[in-house]
Amino acid sequence: MKYKTLIGLEIHVELMTKSKLFCGCSTEFGGEANTHCCPVCLGLPGALPVINKKAVEYCIKAGLAFNCNIAKITKMDRKNYFYPDLVKGYQISQYDVPICSGGYVEIESEDKPKKIRLIRIHVEEDTGKSIHSEKGETLMDFNRSGVPLIEIVTEPDMNSPEEARSFLEKLKATLRYIEVSDCKMEEGSLRCDVNINVVEESTGKKSKIIEMKNINSFKGVVKALEYEEKRHRELLSQGKDTVRETRRWDEIRNETVVMRRKEGVSDYRYFPEPDLVKMEIKGEWIENIRKNFPELPQEKKERFMQEYGLPEYDSEVLTGTKELADFFEKTSKYVDDYKQVSNWIMGDILRRLKDEDMQIEDIRFNPMEFAELLNMVNKGEVGNNIGKKVLKEMFETGQSPKDIVRDKGLIQMNDEEEIKDIVNTVITQNPQSVADFKNGKNRAIGFLVGQVMKKTKGKANPQIVNKLILEIIKAK
Amino acid sequence: MKQLKIIEISAKELAERIKSKEISSEEVIKAYFERIEEAEEKVDAFITLTKEDALKSAKKTDEKISRGEKLGAIEGVPVAIKDNIVTKGIKTTCASKILENFIPPYNATVVDKIKNEGGIIIGKTNMDEFAMGSSTENSRFKNTKNPYDLSRVPGGSSGGSAAAVASLEAPLALGSETGGSVRQPASFCGVVGIKPTYGLVSRYGLIAFASSLDQIGTLGRNVEDCAFILNVISGYDDKDSTSVNMVKKDYMKYLSEDIKGMKIALPKEYFGEGVDKNISERIRESARAFEKLGATIEEVSLPYTQYALPCYYLIATSEASSNLARFDGIRYGYRAKDYSDINELYINTRSQGFGEEVKRRIMLGTYSLSSGYYDAYYKKAQKVRGLLKKDFDKIFEKYDLILSPTSPTLPFRIGERLDDPVSMYMADVLTVSVNLTGCCAISVPCGYIENLPVGLQLIGNRFNEEKILRAAYAFEKNSGTEKILPDLRGEENEI
Repeated sequence: MKYKTLIGLEIHVELMTKSKLFCGCSTEFGGEANTHCCPVCLGLPGALPVINKKAVEYCIKAGLAFNCNIAKITKMDRKNYFYPDLVKGYQISQYDVPICSGGYVEIESEDKPKKIRLIRIHVEEDTGKSIHSEKGETLMDFNRSGVPLIEIVTEPDMNSPEEARSFLEKLKATLRYIEVSDCKMEEGSLRCDVNINVVEESTGKKSKIIEMKNINSFKGVVKALEYEEKRHRELLSQGKDTVRETRRWDEIRNETVVMRRKEGVSDYRYFPEPDLVKMEIKGEWIENIRKNFPELPQEKKERFMQEYGLPEYDSEVLTGTKELADFFEKTSKYVDDYKQVSNWIMGDILRRLKDEDMQIEDIRFNPMEFAELLNMVNKGEVGNNIGKKVLKEMFETGQSPKDIVRDKGLIQMNDEEEIKDIVNTVITQNPQSVADFKNGKNRAIGFLVGQVMKKTKGKANPQIVNKLILEIIKAK
Repeated sequence: MKQLKIIEISAKELAERIKSKEISSEEVIKAYFERIEEAEEKVDAFITLTKEDALKSAKKTDEKISRGEKLGAIEGVPVAIKDNIVTKGIKTTCASKILENFIPPYNATVVDKIKNEGGIIIGKTNMDEFAMGSSTENSRFKNTKNPYDLSRVPGGSSGGSAAAVASLEAPLALGSETGGSVRQPASFCGVVGIKPTYGLVSRYGLIAFASSLDQIGTLGRNVEDCAFILNVISGYDDKDSTSVNMVKKDYMKYLSEDIKGMKIALPKEYFGEGVDKNISERIRESARAFEKLGATIEEVSLPYTQYALPCYYLIATSEASSNLARFDGIRYGYRAKDYSDINELYINTRSQGFGEEVKRRIMLGTYSLSSGYYDAYYKKAQKVRGLLKKDFDKIFEKYDLILSPTSPTLPFRIGERLDDPVSMYMADVLTVSVNLTGCCAISVPCGYIENLPVGLQLIGNRFNEEKILRAAYAFEKNSGTEKILPDLRGEENEI
């Protein structure tokens, strides 16, 4: 039997505005509970919302980045439900006239481009947060209440968990590029709900759609989807079906578990928010946003290939995040060999970031210091390998490369006389290797060079060492 | 000329006399609290009195005056505030158990404006719970009585404000309107009440009943006083997105007795079935008074009038069902003591915290917003609202004002309509269109029938407050009806 998997995503992204969606309170993450609050975001009786234009602008920006239609006239609506974290008994959201509709995100699937269509992007307010204390009390923190979100809803166009991951990565990279959200999943500024079902291709029989809410990592999304995909297929192959329900990814048990059955559709009694007036999104406004639009990943990648003469692969990797691309560009301002910059970033730096689960913006040195190191290598002040050691030191201490080299005495030995003494010692101590070399075993030279480097703690200029060894052996 | 007692002096004149040091603000506040002590046990207009704060403010005003500092427009003048307008540090209950101990941490914009202009808040007035009602009988705390006959209601929902002004317990009061809640009690209590254009006065800090209809209004003993306080509270507020940013008008400037050439429309639907014949007759007589002053009167038709009341009750209850959702016992206000889970907490809190009428309206509104019913009710009501607006726009193309009775009946007896919500809703039949269309209107006393006050209503197009004020002012000065002060008598034993 052949099966086709259908995956749709619903992503909530917190916007990077300084103030909340309907009041002037700070959106900063953290902070003592209930300190970023006022009558408006606490929903006190009598308080009224005033929309943050910047949030609307960010939503339009996201819409433009994903090729959406931008509504000319839009409005806010009330979504009514009761929950302790919802201060007004309704969430101000958008119902039938979202700011953005249509559009798509282009991903790579099996080395081919694929468009994942979007249904809509709308703006809405976040809710507060319940905190469950050890004593079994539920406490509320409303710092997050009223923080602007955009909700992005896709068509069920993803046909594998891997495509869902690609989509999320592309979405995140783009949103960060256009500086609309920092998309920090660990701080809850990107939250993902997924819908999945499976179709038996020959018969057209579909399993019922399962929803999974608030999965907190891309890895979790993929694992949960893989688990569900398998479960749906197995049930269908046994002639059974899934139940329409909301499930949850249990990270510890590595499986999805039922949260609640969907009994009927919940009725949110949407109606237009009477405390806010309709918004007109003028063409000039959109044009203005478009004019000031930052470079998107694809454009940047192409520019990197042209401007820096980098291979496609390097350009792709370096433009993976805006911060990484910025790091490359800032470093390249001070270094002549762009490929060298790329090699070092893609090699040592990315490896280190990956090992420590860090982002480029978390490192302790800046592009200028990194460029300084590369230039020291280029000028032969330190050798390549020493350079890498210095980089490691920079990661750990945040010291400048000059300081590290000075403090550790790592400056390259370029003085031939000095090196010659050491080479002589090594040759006397290793007659066997010398003999091997003379018998045509060219590899023996490598051993001898290694011995010299060891004695000089790697500081000797390897080219000089090589040259001197050959000279001395031949002269014997 | 008879020497007026302090409490009989108009608000505008009080301000002038305080400014000229003829009387001190402290004297004024003391005089009013003496009156309140005497009248309140009969009238029950207030939920909360703020005597100490008021006296402190009065002393500050007097010090300012003695130091020759710059004074506000209503410096030293007492103002009563309806208890659905939030006052920082002063209990604001909406006459509901669910907010019986709620002390707001902030002031409504109108309260700040009054304070900035030197006004002194003397207390918070009684009302129908959450402004839902037309008699103030839906207050959780007390029944306010009509100062002209204590066995009758003062109207509502701003019944406390109207009764306080009528019984000389306050020279000025703020009320709020959703469907006639300032004009109808003004009519019942023989005072002047203005419902300003939607968007003229900031709603920030007015505890919402129906956001698209709510508007803060003023109550005073004469037209001039109403214009006087409207000057203080009107104007754009960036905290209320529905307030309109336009040049502020000085309404006092428009008060003149000259209404020659003014065109007044008399809509026949406002004189039809359900309207007390004596009242209709009284309004037609008043229309002749306008004619004598040089206005032209013509009968017109507003054909959608019959749909206004059902349209109003759909929209108002729908918005209310959502606006009142925040009273859930979680963060402030009343919380039921008996609950075993979150749903029970909600259910018990709201069942115990809200009164019958409020619950009735929440249920009505929840129903009409429900999926499957939304189009037939809420959406259709919005369409009717649009048609009503067109009806009014058409009239205002040709006429300056619309003249009608304010209330279809005289003040009714306390308890008379409590068991019949529909007859209670009918009390709003002549006022709701103004709220639905966002227009402005004023109710002005036009005499008495059976010793009970009758009010006439002048409706103006949006942001035409100066027109309704001028016409009302001219009428008030020339109608020839002598004002009778209420004697606070009535069949008290029945209460």
